[in-house]
Amino acid sequence: MDLSLIIMQLLSGIALGAVLVITALGLTIVFGMLGVVNFAHGAMFMIGAYAGLYLASLTGSFWWGLLLAPILIGAFGMLIEFVLIRRLYGRSIDDPLLLTFGLSYVLVEGVRILFGSDGIPFPTPSQLIGVVDLGVGFFPRYRIFVIVMVAAVLVLLWLMLEKTRIGLIVRAGARDPVIMQVLGVDIGRVWLAIFGLGVALAALGGVLAGPMRSVNPEMGSLVLAEAFVVTVIGGLGSIPGAVVAGLLVGISISMVALVAPEMATIVMFALMAAVLLIRPQGLFNVRGRVA
Amino acid sequence: MTAQSNRAAATKSVFGALDRFGDQRVLLSIAILIALPWLLPSQALAVNVLIYGVVVMGYNLLFGYTGLLSFGQAAFFGCGAYVTGIAIGRYGMPWFAAVASAVVVSTILAAVIGVISTRTRGIYFSMVTLALAQLVYYVALQASSFTGGENGLRGFTVDRISLFGLQINFLDPLNKYYVLMVFAAAALWFQSRILNSPFGAVIEAIRENEQRARACGYDVERSKLLVFMLSGSISALGGCMLALHLSIVPLDILHYQTSGMIVMMVLLGGARSFFGPFVGAAAFLILEDVISLWTPHWQIFVGAIFILFVLFLPKGIWGTLLETLPIARPRR
Repeated sequence: MDLSLIIMQLLSGIALGAVLVITALGLTIVFGMLGVVNFAHGAMFMIGAYAGLYLASLTGSFWWGLLLAPILIGAFGMLIEFVLIRRLYGRSIDDPLLLTFGLSYVLVEGVRILFGSDGIPFPTPSQLIGVVDLGVGFFPRYRIFVIVMVAAVLVLLWLMLEKTRIGLIVRAGARDPVIMQVLGVDIGRVWLAIFGLGVALAALGGVLAGPMRSVNPEMGSLVLAEAFVVTVIGGLGSIPGAVVAGLLVGISISMVALVAPEMATIVMFALMAAVLLIRPQGLFNVRGRVA
Repeated sequence: MTAQSNRAAATKSVFGALDRFGDQRVLLSIAILIALPWLLPSQALAVNVLIYGVVVMGYNLLFGYTGLLSFGQAAFFGCGAYVTGIAIGRYGMPWFAAVASAVVVSTILAAVIGVISTRTRGIYFSMVTLALAQLVYYVALQASSFTGGENGLRGFTVDRISLFGLQINFLDPLNKYYVLMVFAAAALWFQSRILNSPFGAVIEAIRENEQRARACGYDVERSKLLVFMLSGSISALGGCMLALHLSIVPLDILHYQTSGMIVMMVLLGGARSFFGPFVGAAAFLILEDVISLWTPHWQIFVGAIFILFVLFLPKGIWGTLLETLPIARPRR
């Protein structure tokens, strides 16, 4: 097989994986802090894509959509945490999961009412149309942008968590929320912010994925399963785990697509099953927090 | 002394009554199901309540009684339906052999998925069962020469069923209902038998306190795997009923939205109650029927109602009813 083809496919896998990383990261951060698995995460990804598309057509610029959609949907996520999920802390760990599942029903149907059931094409921004000659082959400019963008967001997140006072509170809160309250930190506000951040990351993933696939109300259900697989492989609650597993899954999908296209949708599940049999807690587990 | 012994005797007799009720819960459930076509506005609705009731009842064994929140029950529901259809359409098996092989194949599938997923706990279990069930969905989508892929499985119709030398016209909706009713009765008896056995007590012990159950010497992993398989086999029987009823198997039956619907039904009815699954299936299907009369967007209302149930009525309709009417409370 042609080497340049393999390199191109590897790059496609990284671009695909980058979207998975950003989406799974939102899921894993929320779980690490709140102990809540957000079943509406895929639906948040989907409404993020719709919001990005809508804002881009409203302002006439993709960049406003990319900037505003995560903020808007993140704020919506905070509202959801404040109104609904907050009531369930201290109840069974299954309850937030069930509630967010019901929420995903409402969101998907709400989008169908507002935008219709059919897919809508998401135009690639004019500056990023076309391909770049990488020496070994031509690669879509937009996908390079996605990879760079996700890398930048990861660096920003890392700086925020490791180098700022807010990050310190967040990390300490994940470790021991009770002690944080004793020390005078309003943990409820931290959880609110983290839930908003997690949802904003899902929305960002949705906007970034938009031009790579068409936007439709059902797009979130596949993404949810993918994000679950990534977080299970990486270890739920682990940020490095989400990054490594996301890239691993993205690259495996595009590599298998090269050899056996009909196996491409199945490979990530096989990967997950293999990891579970060897290391049930995931590749990078945080202190054995298996809920 | 006398007051105490009187109270003890009274308590004993109350529990005795509940025990008898417990023994008769299968008969009572069957009696309600026999009357169902006349209780509901349409016979088509009654058949669906019957089928989904059996599927949800199997799931209740796992979620309600053992406390394992699986989001992958659609895999066994769908597997039962697909294998029934393939066995009849492709291999020309008689209907009873098709149903038997479908239940066996689905139980094996449940064993495979169970071995992987019962290694995980808590929220991991929900995510892993969802992912593995999606794997089954994609396999069915890809293996289109067997399953019909996106178009679903077609080309098998059961129009006549012979039972003990009796020829029954299966196209008549009422005949169909009562033939499928026999399956439901068998499933009800089987479920009651499991719950009344020592094993039934073990799975409830696992739900209440897994560590203590382990400390008492019970093999928690094996019990979880076994209950996962039993639950899958009952839901698969519901799948067989659906295949016989519809004469097609839509691909969507395997999607995790179907698993989610099963979860919704068990919660609406009341997890951990014997007849709750049928109440939940009826509540969900009636809601769907009524709301879709005036808007195609019934899901938004069903989702919202489900959220309200999680927040304010986590025991469901039947579970809450049983709690408020102590006489009706059956032995679990």
